[in-house]
Amino acid sequence: MNGYNFAYLDEQTKRMIRRALLKAVAIPGYQVPFGGREMPMPYGWGTGGMQLTASILGSDDVLKVIDQGADDTTNAVSIRAFFQRVAGVETTTATTSASVIQTRHRIPEAALSHGQILVFQVPIPEPLRFIEPSEQETRLMHALEEYGVMHVKLYEDIARYGHIATTYAYPVKVDDRYVMDPSPIPKFDNPKLHMNEALMLFGAGREKRLYAIPPYTRVESLDFEDHPFEIQAWDECCALCGSETSYLDEVITDDAGNRMFVCSDTDYCMTRRGEVA
Amino acid sequence: MNALLTVENLHKGFVLHGQGGTALEVMHDLSLELRAGECLVLAGRSGIGKSTLLKMLYGNYLARRGSIRLHFSDGPLELTDLPAHAWHPLRRDVIGYVSQFLRVVPRVSAVEVVMEPLLARGADAWDARTKAETLLSRLNLPERLWQLPPGTFSGGEQQRVNIARGFIGEHPLLLLDEPTASLDAANRAEVVALIHEAKARGTAMLGIFHDEDVRSQVADRLLPLDDHLMAKTTHFPGQPS
Amino acid sequence: MNRSVLPRPDLERPALLDVHNVSRLYGPDKGCQEINFRLHAGEVLGIVGESGSGKSTLLRVLAGLEAPDAGHVAYHSANDDTLDLYAISEARRRALLRLEWGLIHQNPRDGLRMGVSAGANIGERLMALGQRHYGQLRAAGQDWMGQVELDPGRIDDAPRTFSGGMQQRLQIARTLVTRPRLVFMDEPTGGLDVSVQARLLDMIRTLVRQLGLSVVLVTHDLAVARLLSHRLLVMRRSRVVEAGLTDQILDDPQHAYTQLLVSSVLTP
Repeated sequence: MNGYNFAYLDEQTKRMIRRALLKAVAIPGYQVPFGGREMPMPYGWGTGGMQLTASILGSDDVLKVIDQGADDTTNAVSIRAFFQRVAGVETTTATTSASVIQTRHRIPEAALSHGQILVFQVPIPEPLRFIEPSEQETRLMHALEEYGVMHVKLYEDIARYGHIATTYAYPVKVDDRYVMDPSPIPKFDNPKLHMNEALMLFGAGREKRLYAIPPYTRVESLDFEDHPFEIQAWDECCALCGSETSYLDEVITDDAGNRMFVCSDTDYCMTRRGEVA
Repeated sequence: MNALLTVENLHKGFVLHGQGGTALEVMHDLSLELRAGECLVLAGRSGIGKSTLLKMLYGNYLARRGSIRLHFSDGPLELTDLPAHAWHPLRRDVIGYVSQFLRVVPRVSAVEVVMEPLLARGADAWDARTKAETLLSRLNLPERLWQLPPGTFSGGEQQRVNIARGFIGEHPLLLLDEPTASLDAANRAEVVALIHEAKARGTAMLGIFHDEDVRSQVADRLLPLDDHLMAKTTHFPGQPS
Repeated sequence: MNRSVLPRPDLERPALLDVHNVSRLYGPDKGCQEINFRLHAGEVLGIVGESGSGKSTLLRVLAGLEAPDAGHVAYHSANDDTLDLYAISEARRRALLRLEWGLIHQNPRDGLRMGVSAGANIGERLMALGQRHYGQLRAAGQDWMGQVELDPGRIDDAPRTFSGGMQQRLQIARTLVTRPRLVFMDEPTGGLDVSVQARLLDMIRTLVRQLGLSVVLVTHDLAVARLLSHRLLVMRRSRVVEAGLTDQILDDPQHAYTQLLVSSVLTP
């Protein structure tokens, strides 16, 4: 097929990544190093997620790719086209009919079901990196559960802004053990990590780390007793589908400052509009 | 009354390594006995190093030979081989010292300097302050100085702070190194009164007083030292002379 | 001999740290070797000596930061266990440093998180212990700023906006907020103006007394050692050459090197 091995990566590499994924699933939230390969695109465009997708993809899988919730942005379109070409798998934009969903910065609005796999693209896998530049030290901190500094960051937010101002890549504790960076999803999506039916895999290409949240795992967003975790809320509803419960993007419509709020999850929005129509 | 302190055949010397190991003998075969409620005054020519004995009793100087024993209700305690860590509680609870010179943390107020021996025992801060202020006013230290650090005080003012600090703890054994040296008559009389009160409490005191008048008022006995002390011919490095 | 009525004071205090034959050498006589001592509860032990004498190496070994080549350090913990510092797991050792011990660096920038506010610096150890109430963390921060004579109104200011002396006081507050039993101090007043130093010394002395801290203090400044420590170890070329009561070491030094050290001090 096009002179490439199925799903681009060679079988050895895929086996190596699968072994690392098994370890990641066995230790929820723990960052497993893997031998990352060069992908035919630059770092930062989802090379980590793509390697994971390539390793788990089978010929009967149905692949969906989203970028900030949308199926039609450059990144999503290119990656979808890539796997169509090198794996020949069926692709879709419908969340419910996909077996593998690669995502950048969102979890779909539609509830995921048992058997689905969500693959996240991760820029910086290490939640402690902002405070500790040494990899050796952060690993030790994870090993010893020295997580006091995570709350230092949240404390700073409250001291500075009066509330926890971290809105994306909001740190979570997985299965009451490892503190994990859920990738730059909005904190709106954090509750969806908790006890999700789907398997969630995270791949960081530049840093060559992967980690996982197996189905039905407890995932807790860090907070303070007197400043509990809260998700974003909007005064408006989606200007297109009228949803009051989805994550909304603000879209500037002209130079006069007019704007509208629309669902960031295009499939969810289209499906609702189809139902309404 | 019973002996509180016994000193037997005490010897002291210094070895000056900086000067080719010169050995100086400064104290020779000194013995004494001190009872509770008694004030023993060290007598001898000036400049022969009477403070040496006080410094040995306070642990600042090591004895070369001989014995220093404190008598407690359950038996004696030998001080010449007391481990270093035991000196701290011993000084806090038993042996008080009014030195010639005030050595304190700069920028700590006079009243706090005086309170410290009580605070070290965990006394209530308010009680300690009240007692300190009472003593300072008895010693006629102007009230405006109480909240100032004594570093800039005159010699007499510093000495009064030092005396208050020495007497506030009411230690059973009190070493007095020329407490009245730079005081005027009124304050000398106050110190004499403090010593008499301490005696009444049963405090054993060992003191150096140059002032003939004070000496005659406080001394129960004199301890002649001319045969036991030798002036250091060489100034010892690092020593305040 | 007649009977005395004077009750004997309790001169013994429980041991906190036992150091047996500890050696850590980088080269011949570089580092520390054959160190033996016991630290008692409530005691301030000064380690003095010129730079390069091995004081700081010894401190690092004592504080669990650097394994010795030989010998061992036994710590008698709050729950009466005796822990061989380098036989226990690193996790346990680091937990000790976080829970029961404190370390105050000479340079406050080494002990503070310069990027976050004073309040977050003070609260960090509490958060590490599981304190999850923002209001209480903040109250503790303000209380401790007051205790170290910093303006509690500056709780949200970054340490870099503080002067050197204020940063050092902040580091002390950050370390003492969890009430450690044992604190290691490495030249805590080094590099500060003399006037600032005096105030800090008094503060350290008061806190040591009020909290009943045990302290191992490394300093090359004999005046600081005299004011803060009950006992001294004098180090030279990796070895302890003299040990004893602070006043005795400084007034009646026995070893040739100690005599030289004491006689070299400038007194204004």
